[in-house]
Amino acid sequence: MSHNAELGRLGEDLAAAHLEARGFRLIERNWRCRHGEIDVVAAHRACTVFIEVKTRAGERFGHPFEAITPVKLARLRRLAAMWCEAKGAIAGPPRIDAVAVLVRPGESAVIEHLEGIG
Amino acid sequence: MPVARTRSVALLGLSGSIVEVEADLGSQLPAFLVIGLPDAAIGESRERVRAAAANSGCPLPARRLTVNLSPATLPKHGSGFDLAIAIACLAAAGRLDASSAGSLVHLGELGLDGRLRPTDGVLPAVLAARRAGADRVMVPTANAPEAALVDGIEVVGVASLAEAVAWHGGDVEVVPVDAVLPADAPEPPLVHTGDLADVVGNPEAVAALIAAAAGGHHLGLYGPPGAGKTMLASRLPGILPDLALDQSLEVASLRSLSGLGVGGLSARPPFEAPHHTASAASIIGGGGRLIRPGAAARASHGVLFLDEAPEFPASVLDVLRQPLESRSISIHRASAIASFPASFQLVLAANPCPCGQWSPKGESCTCAPSVKRRYLSRISGPLRDRLDLELWVPRLTTTASAGEGGRVSSDEARRRVELARTVAAERYRGTPWRTNAEVPGPWLRGTGGMHPGHRATVAIDRALESGGLTMRGYDKVLRLAWTLADLDGAGVPDGDHVGQANVLRRAPLWAA
Repeated sequence: MSHNAELGRLGEDLAAAHLEARGFRLIERNWRCRHGEIDVVAAHRACTVFIEVKTRAGERFGHPFEAITPVKLARLRRLAAMWCEAKGAIAGPPRIDAVAVLVRPGESAVIEHLEGIG
Repeated sequence: MPVARTRSVALLGLSGSIVEVEADLGSQLPAFLVIGLPDAAIGESRERVRAAAANSGCPLPARRLTVNLSPATLPKHGSGFDLAIAIACLAAAGRLDASSAGSLVHLGELGLDGRLRPTDGVLPAVLAARRAGADRVMVPTANAPEAALVDGIEVVGVASLAEAVAWHGGDVEVVPVDAVLPADAPEPPLVHTGDLADVVGNPEAVAALIAAAAGGHHLGLYGPPGAGKTMLASRLPGILPDLALDQSLEVASLRSLSGLGVGGLSARPPFEAPHHTASAASIIGGGGRLIRPGAAARASHGVLFLDEAPEFPASVLDVLRQPLESRSISIHRASAIASFPASFQLVLAANPCPCGQWSPKGESCTCAPSVKRRYLSRISGPLRDRLDLELWVPRLTTTASAGEGGRVSSDEARRRVELARTVAAERYRGTPWRTNAEVPGPWLRGTGGMHPGHRATVAIDRALESGGLTMRGYDKVLRLAWTLADLDGAGVPDGDHVGQANVLRRAPLWAA
């Protein structure tokens, strides 16, 4: 596993723990199809939530949220539709969230969460 | 608090209106939007504000920031909103005290390093802020002296965004920086371009110049090259009375809007002498979106001197007709109408013909008659009609230059002018006019009761009857006669004043 993939895995674990602590019920992690991957699918307040997790070791290349470009957001939306199609009926309206995880070496991780980003 | 607001000023012409700058911090992916009819320079302020905030140690939050400039329908221009946008955003992000931010008017452009750069038009903007009831304004250090010219409003000068944030109670480390100084703006042109006493051997011209100054009359100077027309014209501002405070503020505001330095308030009237290649827009003002004043507006309360007037394109000369009539300039654009004051005194200078050698005494002019006629007719009739006073400036002869006596210094002339203007202002108390040149003809002849009586005006009455004088010409003679009487300390013009005024009305030109 490369350093970045390892960091990403760590970030997703931290994010999943954070989400569960905040009352999200995890449905699926790392759902893949040939168009891409959804990091986390969870149920929250009657919504089906599709969550993109971005992990960074520092802000030298910008805030993690800044890496979620409109193009990536559009792809996420397409993937969410595909997930719904694959699973048949879903519980409640869909929603897209983003979680940023900042893992600075030697410091505790900082997790930020934006609900309903588009 | 997710929403914060502060204030800035949008300028349109000389008048400014307060603009509320609101910032909303949304829990959305990072984005930065500026809405409310911003122009390209304000649109780009997003990048300046983001970089400046990051480099000042208080980065903008990685969320969606929406900045609204309201009233949203008013077009806004320029980079002077940067500081207000940055302060509103940081207040919305909770980086500084929002109520403190809301109580100030902010003006200034940001550099990427967070330093504040001076902007144009700070003086009229601060005047507008005071009119709108603001009691404090924050400006870049380099603009602070200019802003401080306005009484009754407290000026906070800051060198950087960090300093501004700290002033509003934000927790940020203020690193002392060198304030950005204004680019070397040209110094205000020296108005005292010489003393009236330098004019040798032309007492009639000096007397006429004093009369023009006393009555505020527009003046035409004709004569061969080297006769001293330019010399006379440049002495006119020196013999005009000092400006009142509001007038000098207006003069300085117009300089500020033009991007020329405001080196403090000057009580001396401005002197603008555009070259004859000047375009119409450079004279009356213009510009696509940001409408700037031209030379005529900058000459307000002073002198607009057009040397070699026939060399100006006719279209450029004729744009002055409307401002001469209304004493203000309106510039109409699709988006807005800007108006500037234009209460300048016009001085035209011209050679009598292309070779310049013509004179009433018949010197060696080599121009064909049609060429001569065409030359002076470039100054259109309607424009020439607005000159109350025309003067033939002859070339100096040895006998005239020998007559050293009777030279008048500028100080002495100014005292006479001030005295005459006081008398006139007293007479026009309760009317909208201050000087003789402003008084309209019908009021002068009848309703105002200012006709000096038919014994004094018998000569021009006869000329009017026989068609030798038009009604407009008659009014001009009356106006000028009143000025001459004011200068003499006579209560009412007598026959001599009227006669003298009639002579000064038109230069003895071949085309007259």
